Amino acid sequence: MQTMPQTLFEKIWDRHAVGALPDGTAILYIDRHLVHEVTSPQAFEGLRLAGRRVRRTDLTFATMDHNVPTEDRMNIRDPISKAQVDALSANCKEFGVTLYDLASARQGIVHIIGPELGLTLPGTTIVCGDSHTSTHGAFGTVAFGIGTSEVEHVLATQTLLQKKPKTFKVEFAGRPVPPVSAKDLILKLIGTIGTAGGTGYAIEYGGEAIRGLTMEGRMTVCNMSIEAGARAGMVAPDDTTFDYITAEDRPFAPKGRAFDEAVAFWKTLPSDPGARFDRTLTINAAEVAPQVTWGTNPGMVMDVTGRVPEPDQVPGHSRTDVEQALQYMGLRPGTPMTDVPVDIVFIGSCTNARIEDLRIAAGVLRGRHIAATVRVLVVPGSQQVKAQAEVEGLHEIFKAAGCEWRQSGCSMCLGMNPDQLKPGERCASTSNRNFEGRQGKGGRTHLVSPEMAAAAAIAGHFVDIRTWR
Amino acid sequence: MALTPFRSHRGTVALLDRANVDTDQIIPKQFLKSIARTGFGPNLFYDWRYLPDGRPNPDFTLNQPRVAGASILVARNNFGCGSSREHAVWAIQQAGFHAVVAPWQECRGTRVPGFADIFRSNAGKNGLLTVELSAPEVEEIFQMVDRFSPLQATVDLDHQRLTLHLPEELAFHFEIDPSVKERLTHGLDDIGLTLKHEAEITAFESRHNPQR
Repeated sequence: MQTMPQTLFEKIWDRHAVGALPDGTAILYIDRHLVHEVTSPQAFEGLRLAGRRVRRTDLTFATMDHNVPTEDRMNIRDPISKAQVDALSANCKEFGVTLYDLASARQGIVHIIGPELGLTLPGTTIVCGDSHTSTHGAFGTVAFGIGTSEVEHVLATQTLLQKKPKTFKVEFAGRPVPPVSAKDLILKLIGTIGTAGGTGYAIEYGGEAIRGLTMEGRMTVCNMSIEAGARAGMVAPDDTTFDYITAEDRPFAPKGRAFDEAVAFWKTLPSDPGARFDRTLTINAAEVAPQVTWGTNPGMVMDVTGRVPEPDQVPGHSRTDVEQALQYMGLRPGTPMTDVPVDIVFIGSCTNARIEDLRIAAGVLRGRHIAATVRVLVVPGSQQVKAQAEVEGLHEIFKAAGCEWRQSGCSMCLGMNPDQLKPGERCASTSNRNFEGRQGKGGRTHLVSPEMAAAAAIAGHFVDIRTWR
Repeated sequence: MALTPFRSHRGTVALLDRANVDTDQIIPKQFLKSIARTGFGPNLFYDWRYLPDGRPNPDFTLNQPRVAGASILVARNNFGCGSSREHAVWAIQQAGFHAVVAPWQECRGTRVPGFADIFRSNAGKNGLLTVELSAPEVEEIFQMVDRFSPLQATVDLDHQRLTLHLPEELAFHFEIDPSVKERLTHGLDDIGLTLKHEAEITAFESRHNPQR
């Protein structure tokens, strides 16, 4: 029997469709549910009120990351933060959920520890009450962020009620010219289609540039799918994927014969030739320059060689939008981006705090010192990343350069912990959102790659890393 | 959790003339530390709504006396983008709103929805109605409300109609996913609906390998 060619997304979706409600809404099975302290307390409370249990404690994994202080992690001084972290511990104990707590060597940002633990595997479905769950799509996984009501739904039923999204193929043709990296590719896409351009779609990234990326680079790309409006972004699994899964100690990944069988299956997952996507777009990766955001959403982005735009010259944004953004950011139209000074550099977050990101930043900072006017936080994404960086001596490079070397957590990405910008401070950040107040009330965020952030730390302002020495 | 059924709602319209309103603006991070589901209303749009000293910002649109008690919020495109925090929906509801209106847009030949996906989903789960209209229709509402504020409107979910109560009524038809409409209209609980299929879930689990 001849079957219709299918996309990667459709193959995984169909394999997880338990059934449907009478109105056609799919009941989608969830293979992994990742839980953190911010979006789960009301969900556990909902279970308690309804007298329900966690249906699959063996598929549910929790950690604490958003509220964690990155200096003295065992001593959370903010009582409200502490209460939220304690609530997760108590809920995990009461409902029998595995927790990687602050004392665990496996603790870290939820989207960094999932792949490290071997929980993130091709062909599976993963959800978490966090929009950056799209990160896990790098493995050829259907992974997306959910709200607290849906967290409760998954805890209770191990399923979600979902309408199937449309499919969107984004092809990055050619190879990016180093030091242009994964972060620049995804920022370029968001700048091209806008922050709502992917709304209603699951994106599949492909093309030579994506095939040439490491798993960590692919995770950076998929991580920011949500900043283009797409709940899910994914990359077809290949040898790079399989090598990552076997490379380190990943306790939950299949081993031996089970692994070989899994690989044989995973090789059937890539989109079939002739599979139809609802939308396609090709971007020439070879032409992408280092990117810097200038405004208050990730779509307000430009080449580092550019100038702050005039309010009436930004496609997709009204004059008022741009004026509001420039006023908040304290930028004047016509200013070259390389003239913009920075006060703080943040190297961290679920977008760019994996070991390769730290190696790249350390490579730029080795034997140099940060500018006297700049403060730099380097925050590893997990305790495993921290340990590995210290084995390699990266922490000594950062410290010798004048950076602060911290413990793992979400840190300054969202300011739910002591790491925050003060009003008016300008930050070169490797994180994912430059919204007003995101990193601290009145703080001004410019999103960049780890290379660009490290170079800005030394120069004291943005530089074009292709020509800067 | 069963919801209050939504059929029709009449109330005052408030305007928020901003595009890409993200959930960090709707409810800033410091309020996400709560483990309760209530108490978010006073902190809705906190950084816009209050001055640094904590007093209400008189320039912020929702602080103007003529929209006091407003329950229908009209904003620009891509409302609710960013973080998945359901606290954003709770804050909007707890500040007294029953419906949010935002425009879809035509961009490069595709229709871009007015609301971000996760926000729209969260809204539906909590009985907050998201109404999508075309950009010219939303612009017309902005102009009418600007001229005639305080202006009352009725959101009629049964008939999928938003009516501005001007001297001559002005009505807009809106589309909504039939399954979302069904659940809002009857205040249905998703977990309850799904658990009616528990036998299917169990059968699925017996043949499914979650390792791949």
